[in-house]
Amino acid sequence: MDVAAMDEPHVLAVDDNLIDRKIVEKLLKNSSCKAENGQRALEYLGLGDDKQNSSNDNQARKVNMIITDYCMPGMTGYELLKKIKESSVMKDVPVVIMSSENVPTRINKCLEEGAEMFMLKPLKYSDVKKLRCELLCNAVVKAS
Amino acid sequence: MEVDQLQRSFLEYTNSLFRFLDGQFGQLQLLQDESNPEFVFEVVSLFFEDSERILNDLTLALDQQNVDFKKIDAHVHQFKGSSSSIGAQRVRNACIAFRNFCEGQNVEACRRCLQQVKQEYLLVKTKLEALLRLEQQILAAGGVIPMLDS
Repeated sequence: MDVAAMDEPHVLAVDDNLIDRKIVEKLLKNSSCKAENGQRALEYLGLGDDKQNSSNDNQARKVNMIITDYCMPGMTGYELLKKIKESSVMKDVPVVIMSSENVPTRINKCLEEGAEMFMLKPLKYSDVKKLRCELLCNAVVKAS
Repeated sequence: MEVDQLQRSFLEYTNSLFRFLDGQFGQLQLLQDESNPEFVFEVVSLFFEDSERILNDLTLALDQQNVDFKKIDAHVHQFKGSSSSIGAQRVRNACIAFRNFCEGQNVEACRRCLQQVKQEYLLVKTKLEALLRLEQQILAAGGVIPMLDS
């Protein structure tokens, strides 16, 4: 498998905090798209309330991973996760949830619902490396 | 000035900031590399813009006849998050205290908290600006920014 020949991984980063979005953007340098809340994320993925046209389908198909904050206005990361897992198109895309609060019941709930990983904020350099690896592995699996 | 003198000043200054900036700031430095040499500068600039916006919103919200504590709490939660992500621990701690008073729905106490948060923000802003200036000087003199011990 020639990794270099693969498409750049595409990640959707969902967070209402500007600084955290910037950090995730850095981590995913070349191709990340950002959304400031769950509703926007769903629209981006073609899962919004007003049924999207096919151009969003193409966009959504390119997403290799979704990284979302837990606490967001309007829709929590958990609720976003559920919506994604309910979608036949997006359910296999790994979802990573981040939170500044270490609440075991919250973490378990997310993992049980199918979250790939749960990470504590603020993200450290080692978290960033872990996510990059995860992303690369998932992109390889998807491509094969 | 010689590059290594500048680098020494940089490290000394950074060490003196330990009360204002915690290990998270060092993590941000680690994320900066040749592919993104302005990363720290960009994040810090974003932090300044974002913080000033939040502080304005908070001032307005506390000035209302009927104070919306839920809204204020949401703003402070945001500020707590961003200050935490940049390592501004005193700002973060001031936000935590602020949230407690929000819960108590005490307007006067909240106004005092806002003053406190503003003060801590202005303090860390001055420190960060000085740090960034030192970084620029090092780069202008052809040197590299030394890694911090985290």
